[in-house]
Amino acid sequence: MSHHIVEAKDLEFTYPDQTPALQTISFRIHHGESVAIVGANGAGKSTLLLHLNGYLSPTGGQVRIGDYPLTKETLREVRRTVGMVFQDPDDQLFMSTVFDDVAFGPLNLDLPVDEVTARVDKALATVGLSHLKERPPHRLSAGQKRRVAIASVLSMSPDILVMDEPTSGLDPRARRQLIELLLSFHHTKIIATHDLDMVVDLCERTIVMHEGQVKADGPTSAIFADPELLESCCLEKPLRMQGCPICNK
Amino acid sequence: MAGKIDNVFNDIGRLEMLAEQNSPIHRLDPRAKLLVTIFFVLTVVSYDKYAIADLLPFFLYPAMIIGLANLPVGYLLKKLLIVSPFVLFITIFNPFIDREIMVELGPLAISGGWISFASLLLRFSLTVGAALLLIATTGFPAVCGALDKMGAPRILTVQFLMLYRYLFVLIEEGIRMIRAHALRSFSRSRPRYRVYLQLLGNLLLRTLDRAQRIHLAMLSRAFSGEIKTVRQFNFGRAELLFLLSATGTFIILRATHLTGLLGSLILEIVR
Amino acid sequence: MHMADALLSPALGGTMWAVTGATIIYCSQKIKHSLDDRKIPLMGVMGAFIFAAQMINFAIPATGSSGHLGGGLLLAILLGPAAAFLTLASVLTVQALFFADGGLLALGCNIFNLGFAPCFITYPLIYQRITKGRLTAGRLLFGALAAAIIGLQLGSLGVVIQTNMSGMLSLSFSSFLLLMQAIHLPIGIVEGLITAGVVSFIWRARPEILDRSGAEQALGQLPLRNVLIGLVVATILTGGLISWFASENPDGLEWSLLKTTDQQELPLPATGIKAPLQKLQDQTALLPDYGFRQENQTGTDLTGAKTGTTVAGLVGGAIILLFGLLLGIILKKSGKHYGRQNR
Repeated sequence: MSHHIVEAKDLEFTYPDQTPALQTISFRIHHGESVAIVGANGAGKSTLLLHLNGYLSPTGGQVRIGDYPLTKETLREVRRTVGMVFQDPDDQLFMSTVFDDVAFGPLNLDLPVDEVTARVDKALATVGLSHLKERPPHRLSAGQKRRVAIASVLSMSPDILVMDEPTSGLDPRARRQLIELLLSFHHTKIIATHDLDMVVDLCERTIVMHEGQVKADGPTSAIFADPELLESCCLEKPLRMQGCPICNK
Repeated sequence: MAGKIDNVFNDIGRLEMLAEQNSPIHRLDPRAKLLVTIFFVLTVVSYDKYAIADLLPFFLYPAMIIGLANLPVGYLLKKLLIVSPFVLFITIFNPFIDREIMVELGPLAISGGWISFASLLLRFSLTVGAALLLIATTGFPAVCGALDKMGAPRILTVQFLMLYRYLFVLIEEGIRMIRAHALRSFSRSRPRYRVYLQLLGNLLLRTLDRAQRIHLAMLSRAFSGEIKTVRQFNFGRAELLFLLSATGTFIILRATHLTGLLGSLILEIVR
Repeated sequence: MHMADALLSPALGGTMWAVTGATIIYCSQKIKHSLDDRKIPLMGVMGAFIFAAQMINFAIPATGSSGHLGGGLLLAILLGPAAAFLTLASVLTVQALFFADGGLLALGCNIFNLGFAPCFITYPLIYQRITKGRLTAGRLLFGALAAAIIGLQLGSLGVVIQTNMSGMLSLSFSSFLLLMQAIHLPIGIVEGLITAGVVSFIWRARPEILDRSGAEQALGQLPLRNVLIGLVVATILTGGLISWFASENPDGLEWSLLKTTDQQELPLPATGIKAPLQKLQDQTALLPDYGFRQENQTGTDLTGAKTGTTVAGLVGGAIILLFGLLLGIILKKSGKHYGRQNR
């Protein structure tokens, strides 16, 4: 069954002012996989992610989500299937209470009110924040905001979770909680991040991008064991793999 | 300058926290409270310019609300005392212009100007106080929800909510900018014109970028042009009781001169 | 130039609320049908921006005072008239609710005075006409200045008319008008300068933003209604001002003379420069000695006839107040144990 497959075929994207952003990107992600997308700033990670829910349209090549090529008609279903969480939770939580934010998605899917409430409760319970249902978003901590943003996407019952820098700005405990939470999800996960240690914990497969192209695509352990590759893409090994802190080898 | 923005920040925050308390007043449906507040303001404002004693009983309403809702009096009074300077600036002319003696309290002859001045201040305190109480017992988002449920255009209520939501975000960005400027400008506390334009322009650009990102986030959750909300309100017996007793009292007060009667009575007894 | 509840009669306040309400509904419809769903987040954050921007003061050189952005014109430039009006309305409402900037009844007036002119009159008729299609630094500055100054003058005219028609203020129409217009002239200049400055900043950094928003209302598609309103207002303004200055015996002056000096007429020098100068001085002087129009025209004995000013009234009022205070204290003490809500 070809559902839950994310596929890019020779994906190309050029900005309106002619800056090339993505060149011949091809990959195939299967149901349940947990894939990290790493690379330097400006490598094109965020731009790539924006193609996965149809916000950007490729100037060349194709993106397929499950059975659907991304077209105007399939856009709504794609956006239900692909839940996207962005870097700045303040952009994502724009309603006046946590409840309203998490209910936003299901309401847009025209679900009946009871169903919406049930989904909100379930999503908030999953991220452990049921007690904050009536809280206005500007009174949440960074970690709480992150989790509510995730809940706001979970309530749409997506099959694929796409996240842009989920651990940025979090303190160690909040970060750890987030990683645990993500580990508990069975969705297909595509995560663009600089947090290479999280990648080791969370993603068995890694795609390395550099200057708009895919430079490597394989098992995480193999990628991080290749210092030349990492070096050429302005990356380095995850901190935990960087040798003994005492004898420095 | 950052001080002023900071104060705004804390102030709204304080009002918000007050609104989250749990009291019989807080639990009332926001529509009831909104209607009563509107009626109160309308009644108070309907008095003529020389009314003083007739206005005094209206202070019962804030007193009762403050009591029942357990609100901090000192804080609310302080907010009230920061009266809009414009009002003072204009009304202070009254005593100078309207000089006809109207009342004689023993040896003191008070002119109409002073009476209308006092009356204006009373009316201002009452109406502004009522608005503050509404927010302190209901919270701004709930008031917007009430407006929406009562038929206000959806675009408008959504605008209110979104403005409120991003108010703090933008104020914070403003604070950061001012502080950054203050740290590098030594003696000058307020930016010069050119610098000010840069600050404002940058803030505006960041705001526009943010608008785009928010729109993206909305689209990603299947937004198709209309914001839908789920708000569960309950207009029951308590609300009806509140509404009828409050508006009834206001009407009675407006239609009679209770204070005059009471005062005459007392004076009769005293003599 | 915020009005206050207290200065407004309920009749006038209600009328203005109706006018503002109708305008808001019109704007809401217009935005709903505009098919641009980007407007919703944009209006929200722009409102927050204006709010924050109004708190950032800059130093006006050589005067030691400070100024800040009002925002009506800037909003109209970036969002178009309907969205700008709504956004401004939302900002003023939040200010009224949280900062006692005027009050609830006067809110209708304030939104109208501060919003209607910049959004629906000076933006389309002045700014757009000057900058349409050929945005240069000079045109931008000129357009913004003209639109801002006139917009604020119209707004303050609104305040004066509304106050005067309410009769709560004992200041005569002409003096109040002069006062307001004089105050708002420099404010208008500052507003125009800031708006021009910010727009030019955006223009240099991201010109496409301006292209997009400016394309909203090509002059050719301007609704006839707006043009007519503008013409009517301009006519009234110029006609009124001209006749006021030119008239030999403005009503206000004669009547105030009657009141304060008990004479039918003060003999004026018939010819020469003194006559007009004398008139001017009488009209602009602010101290009561020079003759203000008395608000209260009945002139009869007022003690006791007016409500609330009798001694008995004051006594009764004091008693009720005391009672209210006690009631409040008792209620507060008994309610001390309220916790947080769990809805």
